Amino acid sequence: MFDVCIIGAGVVGAMCARALSAYKLNICVVERANDVCTGASRANSAIVHAGFDAKPGTLKARFNVAGSKMMEQVCRELGVKYVRNGSLVLGYGDEDKATLEELYERGVKNGVEGLAVLDREGVLALEPNVTEEVTCALWAPTGAIVSPFGLCDAGLGNAMDNGAQFIRNFEVERIESADGVYTLYAGDQKVEARFVVNAAGLYSDKIAAMVGDESFDVHPRRGEYMVLDKAYTPSLTSYTLFSTPTPKGKGILVTATTGGNVMLGPTAVDMTDKEDLDTTAEGTASIREQSARYIKGIPFGGVITSFTGLRAVGSTGDFIIHASAPGFITFGGIESPGLTSAPALGEYCVELLGNEGLVLEKKENWNPIRKPSGWYRKLDDDQKNEVIAKEPAYGNMVCRCEEVTEGEIVYAIRTNPGARDVDGVKRRTRSGMGRCQGGFCSSIVVEILSRELGIPYEQVTKSGGGSIINYGRTKGGKDNA
Amino acid sequence: MLKVSLVIVGGGPAGMSAAVAAYKAGVKDILILEREAHLGGILRQCIHNGFGLHKFGEELTGPEYAARYAEQVKELGIPYKVGTMVTKITPDKEITAINSTDGIMHIKADAIILAMGCRERPKGALNIAGSRPSGIYTAGTAQKYVNIKGYMPGKEVVILGSGDIGLIMARRMTLEGAKVKAVCELMPYSGGLARNIEQCLNDFGIPLLLSHTVVQIHGKDRVTGVTIAKVDEQRRPIKETEQYIACDTLLLSCGLLPENELTKGAGIDIDRITGGAVTDQNRQTSVPGVFACGNVLHVHDLVDYVSDEAEIAGCAAADYIAGIESERVDISVRPVNGVRYTVPQRITSAQDTVVYFRVSDVFRDKKIVVRCAENVISSKKKIKLAPGEMETVKLDAKVLAGIGTGEISIGLED
Repeated sequence: MFDVCIIGAGVVGAMCARALSAYKLNICVVERANDVCTGASRANSAIVHAGFDAKPGTLKARFNVAGSKMMEQVCRELGVKYVRNGSLVLGYGDEDKATLEELYERGVKNGVEGLAVLDREGVLALEPNVTEEVTCALWAPTGAIVSPFGLCDAGLGNAMDNGAQFIRNFEVERIESADGVYTLYAGDQKVEARFVVNAAGLYSDKIAAMVGDESFDVHPRRGEYMVLDKAYTPSLTSYTLFSTPTPKGKGILVTATTGGNVMLGPTAVDMTDKEDLDTTAEGTASIREQSARYIKGIPFGGVITSFTGLRAVGSTGDFIIHASAPGFITFGGIESPGLTSAPALGEYCVELLGNEGLVLEKKENWNPIRKPSGWYRKLDDDQKNEVIAKEPAYGNMVCRCEEVTEGEIVYAIRTNPGARDVDGVKRRTRSGMGRCQGGFCSSIVVEILSRELGIPYEQVTKSGGGSIINYGRTKGGKDNA
Repeated sequence: MLKVSLVIVGGGPAGMSAAVAAYKAGVKDILILEREAHLGGILRQCIHNGFGLHKFGEELTGPEYAARYAEQVKELGIPYKVGTMVTKITPDKEITAINSTDGIMHIKADAIILAMGCRERPKGALNIAGSRPSGIYTAGTAQKYVNIKGYMPGKEVVILGSGDIGLIMARRMTLEGAKVKAVCELMPYSGGLARNIEQCLNDFGIPLLLSHTVVQIHGKDRVTGVTIAKVDEQRRPIKETEQYIACDTLLLSCGLLPENELTKGAGIDIDRITGGAVTDQNRQTSVPGVFACGNVLHVHDLVDYVSDEAEIAGCAAADYIAGIESERVDISVRPVNGVRYTVPQRITSAQDTVVYFRVSDVFRDKKIVVRCAENVISSKKKIKLAPGEMETVKLDAKVLAGIGTGEISIGLED
């Protein structure tokens, strides 16, 4: 029996788990996939919005600004990559300038600091690569970039270090409620908890409906992205570049990322299928066409990968946060600025559960600090040599493109919540995320996972479930390495 | 800091031949740095035969060919470190490398030979629409699973691209019991060797669909199928020709890219067409004392030519270390009329020189003509030329000495 069960190990679930882990509570996080951060948190723009975009008075505005202010400290505590790179909303002519002035006013109302509307000279002083068409911009120095995966991984990992449990491959199929206890069923497994937090992203409507809350819907909105080879950063841009929103939409962005690659996207196409993560020829073409208006000389030949994310768009237009049933808190429709808001949503979750009657007693020994997952990379050569002398695996380079060692991969598998598949290793270490996209290292990563997890080589998957990589031995096959 | 006369980055066929050649030319203080656990490079997983016909006059498998050189390296006592990854090379020839026994090493070299090989163009760079399930591999990755690890990465296979590794893997997967349903090639001709199309596809009844591409990948966890389509002359897919092929595996053989991140880091000039360094006839790059050979310089189709090229680089590095200079000329080599690139791109001494090149399309009944200004230096007839087959032309030392300073062009003429 748990005090609290959180459904969903995306960024909202992870931040809720971490906030709750500061209290004397027995907590678990259930996740339908094989890892943290596999839904909307996985594939988004990875930016911390300054907060000028959301309409004043909305939950989006409230938590955007609050989350943006918390993010730097949370990332410092969790050792997650965060860079306050600043964002520019580019304008093309007088009409855009008027819109930017409105955004400026809205930002001021929302409490965003340091905003300024710049003329072309002002823009060029910051970003000389903008196209000839750009006439003005809104400058938001508090705009930042963050690693969404890092935030999920470290957030949940920190909660686990403080006692929370993580149950993977647990897809909630039905929920029963009796005598103040919720029982969550997934296949032949079940979890019992007195309080439940529904952070199920795209499926938060379906989960809420399991306890009788049919007050809202969530639909997927496709966003496609393209990622450029690191060789083009930061000469291309170190900022996050938006274009002025028009009645047709917000447009794409061109942004630096904490991983070092420049990223282009997202498109915005409303969908019905919550599992359709296809990239499309139209999406790619649209990104190319739009991004060419932002900065000069984008090397489209340097695209190393493209991907699709699905935003969880709620039917009210705002975040949907309420008790779906007594002791059952729902976070629905957490689309953009959900990543930015997540740390503030975690705190709010504690408050709401308190209102529902959860007894909150602080742990004396709660540790908010997690050793940065990238600790090894920050060492100088002498310090690395000391580590290698003790653990030779840190001298064995597995991923050539991103220079990831065996020691770092083993660490990613052994450290809470721990990688269990090739994509999990990739997101934690960047092994396979470089220009060869795992061509050389993936077979070695499979070998390390097999050894560390104590499972046969052919049972190692790309991303859990049926995503197997090998079908078993060749004729009389044996390892010839 | 460790000091070594000649550091060779990469212990594959290029690195090993260069080492042996340099040793025989008098350099004894050599260190080969190899990132894999064994010498041999990519040849270790190329268990098919057909290697060594030019060099040894017999058909060897990849591992046999590699062993010939690895044995020489060991017999000569040339030092090497395996499991060692070079992470940085500076313009003044300082090398940073790492392994699990020495940790991070800094090495100062008098001369360096770059022999890092190449990598395959990955899926991400191809912008294929659809999902991202498991079951998509570059042909070389699949080859490593089958031949090195002894595992089967697929049962029903479609191959995109008809590069040589893709063709070889079509046969290999078939022999292991997989069903290879089709090889799709975007271009109207194959990028692979004619002998491989015959022996790896035709002999097994595997269809080669020219002017076809994969337009969509299907499947959530694992690939369940691909949609292929014919392409028009501008290589755009024709919607009406789309067809679905059920499969669990998509192999990619869509080109090889010389791996020159270290080269770029050393400030060495790169040829935009080959993706490798710009070199002279000695395979010396724009940084004096740094040489390059093998697939890191330009992608070869036969390892025998890699060995030849590496010997040139090895001997030249030995001359460089010994301070030997030959009669200087300054001639740039320009590819024109259907010739995509040449290696070398410039000639700095008057010696008999073989220029390697590739053509940009399939040509029939052409002459390979070398000109200096309007004068024809040489001309040779060729019945067929294709981008998949590397061509050569020989330049005579006396002719080069006669030119002294200037430019020669190599092109195709009727």
